[in-house]
Formats: sequence, structure tokens, C-alpha cells
Amino acid sequence: MNIYVCVKQVPDTETKIIPNADGTFIETGSIKWIMNPYDEFAVEQALLVQAANAGSTVTVLRVGSVKDTEALRTAMAMGADDAFLVEAADNLDSYSIAKALKGAISKSGKNPDLILTGKQAIDDDCLQVPQILATMLDIPSVSVVVEYSGSTTDIVVKREIEGGALEVYGVKLPAMIACNKGINTPRYASLPGIMKAKKKPLVVLSLAEVSVVESDRRVKYSHFQLPPEKPSGKKFDATDSAKMGGVVKEVVGLLRTEAKVI
Amino acid sequence: MDFSYTPEQIEIKDLAMKFAKNEMMPKAQEFDSKAEMPFQILEKAWSLGLVNTCIPTEFGGNGFSAIDSMIITEALAYGCMGMNTAIMANDLALLPIVLGGSLEQKKKFLTPFTEKYKIAAFCLTEPSNGSDAGGIKTSIKEDGDDVIINGNKMWITNAGYADLFVLYGTTDSSLKHKAITAVVIEKGTAGIEIGKKEDKMGHRCSDTRAVTFNNVRVSKSNIIGGLNKGWGIAMKTLDHSRPMVAASAVGGAQCALDHAIKYAKERVQFNVPISQHQAIQFMIADMAMKTEASRLLVHKAAWLLDNQLSNTQLASYAKAFAADSCMQIATDAVQVFGGYGYSKEYPVEKIMRDAKLIQLYEGTSQIQRLVIAKEIFTR
Repeated sequence: MNIYVCVKQVPDTETKIIPNADGTFIETGSIKWIMNPYDEFAVEQALLVQAANAGSTVTVLRVGSVKDTEALRTAMAMGADDAFLVEAADNLDSYSIAKALKGAISKSGKNPDLILTGKQAIDDDCLQVPQILATMLDIPSVSVVVEYSGSTTDIVVKREIEGGALEVYGVKLPAMIACNKGINTPRYASLPGIMKAKKKPLVVLSLAEVSVVESDRRVKYSHFQLPPEKPSGKKFDATDSAKMGGVVKEVVGLLRTEAKVI
Repeated sequence: MDFSYTPEQIEIKDLAMKFAKNEMMPKAQEFDSKAEMPFQILEKAWSLGLVNTCIPTEFGGNGFSAIDSMIITEALAYGCMGMNTAIMANDLALLPIVLGGSLEQKKKFLTPFTEKYKIAAFCLTEPSNGSDAGGIKTSIKEDGDDVIINGNKMWITNAGYADLFVLYGTTDSSLKHKAITAVVIEKGTAGIEIGKKEDKMGHRCSDTRAVTFNNVRVSKSNIIGGLNKGWGIAMKTLDHSRPMVAASAVGGAQCALDHAIKYAKERVQFNVPISQHQAIQFMIADMAMKTEASRLLVHKAAWLLDNQLSNTQLASYAKAFAADSCMQIATDAVQVFGGYGYSKEYPVEKIMRDAKLIQLYEGTSQIQRLVIAKEIFTR
């Protein structure tokens, strides 16, 4: 099977995010990048499917800056065979990213049997690249998947829906599966794996090589700013029963005029 | 001159820190109070390549540089200094074979450690000889193709579970350093008596015992580097192991510092977080400064090794400075936590107990100063 995994590099969850000086994006200079945690589930699932189907290959794909390649290196250290990076600014929109990923798959020269990715990236939370890419490739897609089983042609996946219930889908491959937490426990990239990953091929492509042009952009970020600081809460002293009526009146008044919730 | 890690070193550090935070830290308190070896965690660390970092690639190892090993050790000690001691003791025992063993010995003794998680113990200290290592009394007597070993060893890490013992003895105790001999003894050899587990202040999950050798017979082919050649091997081993122990002090110090910073931002006194009080700020600044200075000494001591340059003096700088700093930093972390710091409910009291051992083992802080002074005045 030709298995593809789309991964994104996101700021470490402990990073303090601030807008850059001119407000066009976030300040990326001091960010420590990690693989999007949901994509780790996708890499692990790809390796599990590979192990169950002899002769399969796992190729990782990423669109983003070439400066740090943590996510791709980690995926290869975990066991993926090769990687494609489409070099692009970190603020590309979902449509352009999906188109770039499609282009990278086509450049790899193989037809995908299975594409895996995380259900969402934890930085911008757009939740749409898997579906756009599946549409572009005209293949079925299922997201928020927590269970995976099946053969090289047909799979059964379960996805979480409201209220904790599961939907069960029978899917013909090729398909796009977007993974949720719980589908597996991602392995660590072992030290021998890290050493071996150094020798695995990482192909860097430009946006032009995957035919992504500026007019593909559907969303442009106009400005980045921090949310206004939350004003400190108000305390009301209602211990004195004689004054309670007045306090209640004041609270109700503020809920109307200031908080505007009633 | 370059202070940056390579991309591989960043990945090595990330993996080791991830392991320390996800696997070791959540269990550190539990194994400390139970005083039990955390075999599952140790075996998992081994399966990821975090154990036995000193074994070269020819014998199945990962071929790490000394600096790589320091990065790994610092991270593992960040997770738990006690667990790291169990891991580091393997390197300490295997290093004499790596540095002084023959090709056959390396193949025979090192390779099995890369195929399965195995435990090794380094036996140098005796009940009456610690700092005065040249005065050890355990005797090694020739007998045909074999040698016979008799004596008592004390404070032996990993002793209760060791698959392999690397022992230093003497062929003639009156000759002091000139008669020290290193020998490999495999588990199950007749005459090895393992003592009861020591009830220690810190590093409680690592297994420390006395070991008695009663007429233990091994082939001469187990002698590392030849009869009476042990002292040189021991000294070379220390050049590698002391920076490593210092690296573990850096890990412990960084962990104590991180806890203290986090707590100082949360704890409110006089209506502001205590991180806004200059008294706390100065303590934290000193702790951060000493942690980084220790790390730089460790890296330089390792860098010298990687460049085949003499590092004895730097190794002792690193060991003494990092160990003493770690003790100070852990004590100050408890101070920042106030009364809570003294409770086992919070992590810093364990680090304070663990830190003390780093000033003692692998050459006390005083012995390091002796080594440094000797290097200064005799060279």
C-alpha cells in the first residue's frame, strides 16, 4: 500500500503566542516547533497499517517553512520511509495547503491508497485541509476517527459524534482518514530511529513546482492582535442580610447594562 | 566555537525530555517511596536507546558522542535522578570494557547489552576504602588460567539485579595503584554474595547493596587490559563518567529551578505573586546562573573528550561545580516553596534528597578539588 501522512508543524503547547511587530502574523522567531499532536496519531496509524501489510510504504508530507523540519524528521524517526516538504510561508490558507499537498503526492509518482492526517491542527484550528484535499482527489474522507481496521482495499472506521456515540463507516480505499486522540498510542521516535532518519530522503519542493499560485489563496489574514485583557471580576458583599436587596438590584442592573446578558 | 546543538542533538534532547516528562516524572515519587527499581520504565528507556549510550556502533550501540550522552543524561536526571542512577550505573560499569577491553571482550560483554535490557554494576568502593580508591583490599590471585577473587564491596549500584559485575581488585595491596586490576564477573558465578538493600536518603529507587566475593573464580580472559593495569583504566573511566554525573546534577538542578519558577509565579503573598518579590527573584537568578554555568562546564568536559583532548581537570570542575550547585539549587527550590517545599506532596524535597548523593559518589566534591589542585600544581 502507498500510505501518505500529512503533518503540520505547530508551536509547542507551552509557547506564549504573540503577534509580530506589524501584526501580519504571529512572532515565529522564538517558537519551538513540534509535530501537531493529532498528526502523531496519523503517523502511528500509518506505521501500524504498514506493519500489517507487507511491502507498504509510508510517505510524510508537509507544507511550511524549510527552516525547521522537526515534524518530518520526527515522523521519519518514528519509522516513515521518506518525506516531501513544500516550502511555503507559515500563514498559507487551507485551500492552498490542500492544493500543495495534492501536488506533492503527484510529484511523489505514486497513487495513494490511504491518506492519513490529524483531525485538526492545534494552532489555527481550521479543521478543513483533510476534507478539501479529499475533494480535490475525489476520494472519500472520514474525520474524528477513533478506530481503524480493514484490508488493503476496504476499511472500517469509527468516528466520534455528539454525546460520545460512535458512527461506523465502511470505506473503499483510496480514502482520507483524519485521526482523533484515542485511535492509538503514538510510539516514541527511538534514538536509533533518529540516527536512521538522517539517511532517509527528504525532498523539498517549491510552491511553483506543485502549481500553487497566489490566486489560489481563499483566505488572507488581515491582522493579528491579542484579545483584550479580561477586566478583573467584581465582588459583591452580600453577608449583611439588611443590604441584600440593594446588592441584588445592583448585580441585576450590571448584568443588564455592563455584561448585557439579560 | 559553537554553542548550538546539531539538529540530531535537538531531536535526541526532545526525545529524552519527552521520556523524562511522560514516563519518569509521573512515577518518580511512587518509586522513591516504595524504594523499588522501576524495571518497566528502565526497559522502555533501553528500547528507545537511552541506556548504555557509551557502547560504540561496532558492538551494536548507537555511536553517541560524549556530548550526546551528556544531553541524554541531563534529560533523564530531569525526570528522576534516582532512575537515572540505575541507568548511568550501566555506563559506569561498561565504560572500563569500552575503554580498556580487547575486541573479544567488547564483543562478548557489550553486545548482549544492546540485544536485551541488561543490568551492570561497577564494584570499586569497599567498606573501608572510598575516596582512597588506590588502597582497595579485594584480592585477585592468579591460579593457572584463572584468577580467584576475595573481598567486600560496598555501595554497589544495581547490585541486586546485575547481569555483569566489573570489579576492581588488587594483586598485591602493598603496591597500591600499581597492582589494581579490573575484571569482569558474570552473574551466577559461584561465590558472589549479594547483601541487603540499603535504605538511603535519596536515589531510593536505585538498588544499592554490599557485595561479597568469596573465592570467586573467573578466567584470566575476563581481566580488562591485563593484570595490574586497572588503575589507568579506572582513571580513564572517570574522565568519561564524571562529566556524566555532572550532567545528571544539571538535570536535577534544572528540574528544581523549573518547579521553583512555576511555583513563584503562582504563589501569592502580600497580594502579588512571590515572583515579584526581589528576594525570590535573586534566588531564582542565582539558581538559573549556576545551572547554566554547570551545563557549560559539562559540555566543555565532554567536548574535550570528543576531540581526544585531556579533560581530567575540566571533568572535576564540572563534577564539583555541578554537584555543589545542584545541592544549593535544590535547597533554594525548597526555600522558594516554603513549608510546601518540605512536604512530600511537592516534588522539590525529593530533588533535595537526591542532590546530596551527587556530591558524594563518583568522587566527593572534596576529591574533585584534590584532583584539580594536583592538575594545577604538578603540570
